[in-house]
Amino acid sequence: MRRVLREESVRLSQDPQTEPPHAPRRSPAALRRGARAAAIDLGSVLVALALTFLGLLAITFVIGRVVPIDPVVAVVGDRAPLAVYEKARAEMGLDRPLLVQFAAYVGHVARGDLGLSVSTGNTVAADLRRVFPATLEVATLGILIGVLLGVPMGVLAASRQGSLTDQLIRVVGLLGYAVPAFWLGLVGLAVFYAHYRWVSGPGRIDVYFDGAVEPRTGLLLIDSLLAGDIEVFGNALSHILLPAAVLGFFSLAYIGRMTRSFMLDQLSQEFITTARVKGVPEWRVIWRHAFKPIRVPLITVVGLSYAGLLEGSVMIETIFAWPGIGNYLTTALLNADMNAVLGSTLVVGAIFIGINKMSDLLYRLLDPRAR
Amino acid sequence: MATLLHWLLDETPTSRLQARLGRHARVALALTRNPLAVIGLIIVALLLVSALAAPLIATYDPVAQDLARRLLPPSAAHWMGTDELGRDIWSRTVFGSRITLTIVLLVAIIAAPLGLVVGAVAGYFGGWCDRILMGVTDIFLSMPKLILALAFVAALGPGIQNAIIAIAIATWPSYARIARAETLTIRHSEFISAIRLQGASATRVILRHILPLCASSMIIRVTLDMAGIILTAAGLGFIGLGAQPPLPEWGAMISRGRNFILDQWWVSTMPGLAIVTVGLGFCFLGDGLRDVLDPKQAGKP
Amino acid sequence: MTAPLLDIENLRVTFPTSTGPVDVVRGLSFALGRERLGIVGESGSGKSMTGRAILRLVRPPGRVTADRLHFDGIDLLAQSPRRMRLIRGARISMVMQDPKFSLNPVMTIGAQIAEAVLTHERVSRVDLHSRVVAMLEAVRIDDPDRVAALYPHEVSGGMGQRVMIAMMLIPQPDVLIADEPTSALDGSVQAQVLDIINEQITSKGMGLILISHDLNMVASYCERILVMYRGEVVEECRADALADARHPYTRGLLAAMPHIDETRDELPVLDRRAWTTP
Repeated sequence: MRRVLREESVRLSQDPQTEPPHAPRRSPAALRRGARAAAIDLGSVLVALALTFLGLLAITFVIGRVVPIDPVVAVVGDRAPLAVYEKARAEMGLDRPLLVQFAAYVGHVARGDLGLSVSTGNTVAADLRRVFPATLEVATLGILIGVLLGVPMGVLAASRQGSLTDQLIRVVGLLGYAVPAFWLGLVGLAVFYAHYRWVSGPGRIDVYFDGAVEPRTGLLLIDSLLAGDIEVFGNALSHILLPAAVLGFFSLAYIGRMTRSFMLDQLSQEFITTARVKGVPEWRVIWRHAFKPIRVPLITVVGLSYAGLLEGSVMIETIFAWPGIGNYLTTALLNADMNAVLGSTLVVGAIFIGINKMSDLLYRLLDPRAR
Repeated sequence: MATLLHWLLDETPTSRLQARLGRHARVALALTRNPLAVIGLIIVALLLVSALAAPLIATYDPVAQDLARRLLPPSAAHWMGTDELGRDIWSRTVFGSRITLTIVLLVAIIAAPLGLVVGAVAGYFGGWCDRILMGVTDIFLSMPKLILALAFVAALGPGIQNAIIAIAIATWPSYARIARAETLTIRHSEFISAIRLQGASATRVILRHILPLCASSMIIRVTLDMAGIILTAAGLGFIGLGAQPPLPEWGAMISRGRNFILDQWWVSTMPGLAIVTVGLGFCFLGDGLRDVLDPKQAGKP
Repeated sequence: MTAPLLDIENLRVTFPTSTGPVDVVRGLSFALGRERLGIVGESGSGKSMTGRAILRLVRPPGRVTADRLHFDGIDLLAQSPRRMRLIRGARISMVMQDPKFSLNPVMTIGAQIAEAVLTHERVSRVDLHSRVVAMLEAVRIDDPDRVAALYPHEVSGGMGQRVMIAMMLIPQPDVLIADEPTSALDGSVQAQVLDIINEQITSKGMGLILISHDLNMVASYCERILVMYRGEVVEECRADALADARHPYTRGLLAAMPHIDETRDELPVLDRRAWTTP
């Protein structure tokens, strides 16, 4: 997860097209003029999005083909006569050219058909629909923690560059690259659950409350609030807090570091001196003059971080017995349930790509000079 | 010593060798002035030493089981305690550094040259070549790395070798991007034109003149990526798709300790600390290298 | 001369480097009344740092020391950051070099000028708007209502610099420091911008420090001239007496200037050995 974020972050800070965090806004008249350019942008982003999805499908397709297990043998058994084998092979469409097979695969996926899961007996699509809200919930809480702590930390570090506070925040940021999420989760459980009993242990909710509220959104925190059941809400919160904090740590490390770097960039600009010459108070120099221009690039950073958290939850869900997509994927991996593996890969990949491109698009729309 | 330093730092070197060594000496000197970089360098050096001299440093056989001494807490005899089969965790962690080092080195050796060549070719030739190569690169770049590696290992089968291949597949695209960006900035420079006028082939220009210039940004990037590669490898090991037992791989060791985390915390915590230390070491070193080799990017994340 | 607005003695600006501290301004002394003073020097002579040191805007790790740095009887070096902010903008202001960088790219021009007022005064919205518009008119901007709604990158460099001047003069300071106000501008608008500064300064009876590398320009807009070289003042004279300058550096600069009725084939190059002691 963190490596992805790093790559994206470097692209963000090196690519001149997305570079200027102080890219000027335009007056209303100029905005209208820019609307057409934005529409063209939208088109090119959509084309790129479609191509990337196709690429993702190609990768999962190829992975599905290189599996050493012969899918035909898996169906007919390894003692079937050759004729039966050939017949099954033809029925499964495996005798057709690869390109035709790929087209058929894309067609299936487009219809939402990801095949059957061997281990659960359900369709993979149904399984994913069931497990996805849990992942969404923990990742969303994680990103909230990341933004609410990371942004002020970055601003603070930049405004006191070189101070002890700054050094400390920098080390926290680097720890985000060096600490394995699953290990942090384990240590967190040992300390905050087993030792201090501050939070509840693995799982989304105590067995006692299982099914206590009607699943409307699938997000337990929201469902329990909708049902007005504070007790369930409290219990769900005590379960989600630790995994969300672990994810939040990684996003705050990344968001904090990016905020710091953007802010340092801004604070070295000449117009900051201008503001100081005018006698503008320091808090206003920092928040109004330096921070305001970086809000747009920060949206991209938060988007990337959010996508990274969805992926990161794959590693920590098994620790917390969190019934989300990560747990589903790792279980499938161990059972060699290839349909489930590829289906989860596809969904996580698609969401990742989607958020990625969406934050990119948002950046261009909000900041016409970015392109 | 003083004269050697003087010779190295001479502003007007008289030979190529002197100029080249002088450059390295300046980089090394600048690195030693950065405390975090020095810490990083020491950590990476320790990793190398412990991998090379593991049998000398380890106090027990890393795979020798002793069921009578299982799950012992850290003590003078067992510095990091013992695991559920009575194996000494310190010795296993030391031997684990060999696996970690092998993985990062092999990934770097596969992914960096691959990315370098793809990027340099795309940047040098431009046009359709560029569009196709970078299109593929961008598709890989926008995939989640860990998931990609997981899926590849799932298909190839668990084991260190496949884990290395999977991580390399997920890692090369970012190097291609860097190499392309660097190539674009130097492709039109005067000295490249001069070399082409002398009749140098494209292969020669790329191999002899463009790739060496991409080296420094590549070194920085690979160093910074090391932590990520270690984490991915440990993650694969943790899930059970990386190194297989009884190999003392750090991620797999953490995984084995999961069941005892509440009472015998050291089984999981110790190998995790090793990962954090080595990861931080590479981060510090990478940050320091960037400050020295690429001052305009200094302070950037 | 009555009590001067600015009274500076032995001003030093020091930056630490890897080879030890370096003084970029060394022992500068001068006094400024309600007059126009020019500071001339080549790049690196410390003239810009002088301007920033007066406003105490030299960034760490740079350090400013002086035996005396008084403004209107106030010891600037003894002021708290908060009290210093009350002086900046309201009493001493500064026009900087390039409006492309010195104006905030994501605030409208009107908002930036208004901020200069609001930082120091409580004003009603209506008054504020009319003052901003009046100030823009005063720096010869046509259609000030429209310009106030624009973002800085939507106006030309010359107009940007006039906006900058408006922004710095609207709180009616006593001293304006103009740090290379025209060197980023096209030749054609340089004179206009300088004329506007000149007009505003003289009509309001302010003090002006015009910092430039252009000896001719400074001579035609200022009454007094300081020539700086490597952080020190090497010559101080009245603008109209420039021809009698003694110091070899000043003489060298004068000699290196081309004239309209030029007869020389080559302009002389400064011979720095003439005044630097080995």
